[in-house]
Amino acid sequence: MIDILEHLQLIFRDVLDDQGLIINRESNARSVEGWDSLAHINLIASIEQEFHVRFALGELQDLKNVGDMIDLIERKQQR
Amino acid sequence: MNQELLYPFDAAYLLRHRKRLRRELLEGSSWIDVRLAVLAGSTAQEVLDLLELFLLNDGIRPVFYQSEYNRFYEEALFDTARLEEFRPDLVCIHTSTVNVRSYPRLTASADEIERCLETELARYESIWKSLTSRLGCQLIQNNFEPPATRGTGSFDCASPAGRTHFVSQLNLEMARRALNDRRIVLHDLASVASITGLDQWSDPGRWFSYKIPTTPAGSAMWAHSLANTIRAIYGRSRKCLVLDLDNTLWGGAIGDEGADHIRIGRETAEGEAFTAFQEYCLDLRQRGILLAVCSKNDEAIAREGFAHPDSVLRLKDLSAFVANWEPKSENIPRIAAALNIGLDSMVFVDDNPAERAIVRAQLPAVAVPEVGVDVSRFPLVLDRGGYFDVVSLSSDDINRNVQYAGNEERTALSSTYANYGEYLAALAMRAEIASFRDAYLERITQLTNKTNQFNLTTRRYTMSEIAQIASDPRYIALYGRLEDRFGDNGLVSVIIGRKDEAVLHIELWLMSCRVIRRNMELAMLDVLIERARDAGIKTLAGYYSRTSKNNMVADHYEKLGFERTFLAEDGSRSEWRLDLAPDYVPRNIHIQRIA
Repeated sequence: MIDILEHLQLIFRDVLDDQGLIINRESNARSVEGWDSLAHINLIASIEQEFHVRFALGELQDLKNVGDMIDLIERKQQR
Repeated sequence: MNQELLYPFDAAYLLRHRKRLRRELLEGSSWIDVRLAVLAGSTAQEVLDLLELFLLNDGIRPVFYQSEYNRFYEEALFDTARLEEFRPDLVCIHTSTVNVRSYPRLTASADEIERCLETELARYESIWKSLTSRLGCQLIQNNFEPPATRGTGSFDCASPAGRTHFVSQLNLEMARRALNDRRIVLHDLASVASITGLDQWSDPGRWFSYKIPTTPAGSAMWAHSLANTIRAIYGRSRKCLVLDLDNTLWGGAIGDEGADHIRIGRETAEGEAFTAFQEYCLDLRQRGILLAVCSKNDEAIAREGFAHPDSVLRLKDLSAFVANWEPKSENIPRIAAALNIGLDSMVFVDDNPAERAIVRAQLPAVAVPEVGVDVSRFPLVLDRGGYFDVVSLSSDDINRNVQYAGNEERTALSSTYANYGEYLAALAMRAEIASFRDAYLERITQLTNKTNQFNLTTRRYTMSEIAQIASDPRYIALYGRLEDRFGDNGLVSVIIGRKDEAVLHIELWLMSCRVIRRNMELAMLDVLIERARDAGIKTLAGYYSRTSKNNMVADHYEKLGFERTFLAEDGSRSEWRLDLAPDYVPRNIHIQRIA
């Protein structure tokens, strides 16, 4: 089974249309090309769909990078 | 056609793969370019991203202008410079229920409720007025979806002061006012939201976070419906439904079981479902959609199915009937040729997934919705696809089936005459050729957008542009209707000429292919020359611009006796002139003028 980071990487590649994209826990909106506010909305929708989770409003504000996303998804999945 | 963009589509998939899909669609060629201004009361980007995909899939390439967030009113009325500079072909007032401001109080009197209604409507009417006077282009106005919450439950609808009731009232009144002005097309967002389901439609979290009122699925439904409306405005909706027979129009295989044993009628649930689908098809036909049969069967046996006492459809309802054992991907182009329409005007319905697959693969221009195997769902899938959507109904649409029925008889007739002139004479043709009239502006616009073969310049016009030309004295703009002993062909030819001192520049000359080789172009020329001379014109200037489809008119002006004054090196463009002699003898002899 692929881990959350690999899974996220597939989503990022599709949404940003860059099949060579490599992300890590430190990747953020400044370091990844094309990760603008509209792409962000799209990423969140795709992540919710793919991981069968639903983010609350407060949770989204604290996401600074991919690592935060992974931790949040893990917390959600354990519940 | 990219199948992934036909209903039923997967909104999450489309959003996730949007950039790739867009890139792939843009590899196509031959586009209608549309400059679309969006004055939005919410963040519209997600809807517009998806709208772009649906439009590209229909051959329409949009360029967007977006108002600043929630400044739709200000940009329509006061800060219009940026919008005017954009020169839109279409403006979409992209509002929804989140933009309703003046709800009545629950205890409001009838007068107060009326005032709230007027306040809301006045806002939109002033937007329409300002935009039509400044831009003169077509507007699309959303109506309002039902509110997501109902504070008093069903009473919210029962009481005139309830929000549900108020929004319904607003929608009815808006429809009434929009219908009075042909530059305004109402986009029925309320039905789109209902079809989606309000709980799948609205997402308060996304509204608070991004000012997007809808879920991704809701945005996709919104975008798809809007794309269907835009396609209809540009006359690009489909014209013909091609139907399989066994297990599509009736239950069972007629060749194996016999005409007496097919399932149709009200006796069984299965029979009722096929009857309901036939009724849906007949409704389409009655408002101008052509029906054709394409079946793997013995033709004589296949025809018997329509003589079944419970069959809703009769043979006379079918504009083309092909039943044989050839691949359907070969038969469908034959049907298109017989009806004189393009493959991109056709929708194919077959319960057999293998037949759908081969038609999709071989004929990508034909729309093949994924109807599944359950006929009870066929009407829904077809309906939701919006293939046959219109923004209005003209009498030509209603009469179209009569015209096509006449075509088949005409073909039969032409084989019994000694020469072509004799055939033309026997047709007893009568033409009405006159300046643009209000009643025909819609049909004229439609023709400018869908005529590809007999079209000298292939210039596309919006209805507002056509209306403007109709009232502008600098233009000589003619339409031609043609009827003959077999029926009325409707409005089939358009010429737009712009006066420039003693020269008339023919900016558009087109004719529907269903009247090709009938001398109609000569009749049009005669009237054009008559009108031009009355206006003091000495010279006609004709233009030909080559496209992938209009080679048949490359020598149009030469045939009419024009002299060539310019020819591009690659042959892609040519210019022609005809000096108007005082002793011009009318060229048409077979068509009698009736106006």
